[in-house]
Amino acid sequence: MVEGIDGSGKTTQLGLLAKWLAAEGHRVFVTEWNSSALVKAATKTGKKKNALTPMTFSLLHATDFADRLLYKIIPPLKAGMIVLADRYAYTAFARDSVRGVDRQWVRELYSFAVRPDLALYFRVPIAVSLDRLMARRVKLKFYEAGLDLGWSPHPAESFRLFQGRVLEEYDRLVDEFGLEVIDASRSITEQQRNVRQLIASQVDVRTEDAVVAE
Amino acid sequence: MNILPESSDDGAGGGITPGHYYGRGIPYLPIDGYPGKLIAIEGTDGVGRSTQIQLLREWLEVRGYGVVETGWTRSELMQPTIELAKSSNTLNKLTFVLLYATDFADRLEKEIIPALKAGFVVLSDRYIFTALARAGVRGVDRLWLRGLYGFAIAPHLVFYLKLDVETLIRRVLGARGMDFWESGMDLKHGDDIYDSFRTYQGRLLREYASMADEFHFSVLDARRSIEHIQAELQRQVGAFLEPRGDKESR
Repeated sequence: MVEGIDGSGKTTQLGLLAKWLAAEGHRVFVTEWNSSALVKAATKTGKKKNALTPMTFSLLHATDFADRLLYKIIPPLKAGMIVLADRYAYTAFARDSVRGVDRQWVRELYSFAVRPDLALYFRVPIAVSLDRLMARRVKLKFYEAGLDLGWSPHPAESFRLFQGRVLEEYDRLVDEFGLEVIDASRSITEQQRNVRQLIASQVDVRTEDAVVAE
Repeated sequence: MNILPESSDDGAGGGITPGHYYGRGIPYLPIDGYPGKLIAIEGTDGVGRSTQIQLLREWLEVRGYGVVETGWTRSELMQPTIELAKSSNTLNKLTFVLLYATDFADRLEKEIIPALKAGFVVLSDRYIFTALARAGVRGVDRLWLRGLYGFAIAPHLVFYLKLDVETLIRRVLGARGMDFWESGMDLKHGDDIYDSFRTYQGRLLREYASMADEFHFSVLDARRSIEHIQAELQRQVGAFLEPRGDKESR
């Protein structure tokens, strides 16, 4: 699974990884954070009205995760597939803690999660991620920018403050859960080479292919 | 068979202080020193909870107490989702538990805590014990559940209206019949809704019984008359709110 703040490029890297693994003959299943149909309605209502508190935000995401774990993650694993998760419980650990939810409580909440075989964390400075996001989108999303916390009325400034704290939380997680850190300020190709080398230690691949063409 | 009364010192069981969080709580919402009181009325379907709450509310208001009622699964945020999930029958036990916990968190932060802060007596029609019982019957880990609900506030008083399965069945059939979820049909004990209801409610009752000591329930016999139960509620609530026998309204 891959982790990182918005604009870290983790989704791009996951896409490239999926392509490679499929080309290697593996059956790959990709699942995204907060994507289950069951919880979508409530998340949407809550987000639209900006009515989510840090606790309900946290619990809704855990509900979504439980739903996906049971329907989307465990069955493919049982079938011998490789499941690639775009964000995992660590996203909740980082974000919810910054929002003021008890750190230990969130960790216990997610104790039903399957421990990933490999956890990649794409570390990137705030300025880089913000540049990437700005280049792509017009508007920063309300909760992604941490606007619910009221730290700053300006989306970009709020994003900087909120995601800055999220980065600090991720740094705690690196040691606590043994996340593999990828320097996400490097080129896409360099990062992908790094990713494939790490995967090759876990998954049966022809190692010479783990080198990406420049 | 899976109704082992486990001790849960890591969870809610240890030192319960009424009016405080059971466990880790909500760090950004310190609730110490709030003037309101939280009173929970627990019990399965058909024990007459809502009737008792109505009468108790009336009695409290006559005596000058401000009263706020709250229920289980009534939050604005989650009601549509829970109804949808129930009707489409897609809930598995974990999402079931988490949806209810989300709903409860919403009500806790938006109804219960503000009311306690403002000095109301909050009457809760069911409380987390309903969730703990339902999830316990479905085999969800008890310690995990108690950790999850560590953000809940321990009520000042918990009344448990206790009923036996036989009486319960007669009352539910007499009132409105059995429904899918109240019969635990998701547990697939068989296609017969009567047998399933009986098995499921029997297990629920055992779950409640196992929580009585842990969470300091005041157990009331729900087979007694409405008036008798109400008199007992009034006696205990009165003794709690006005411990020196002061009968004047505040």
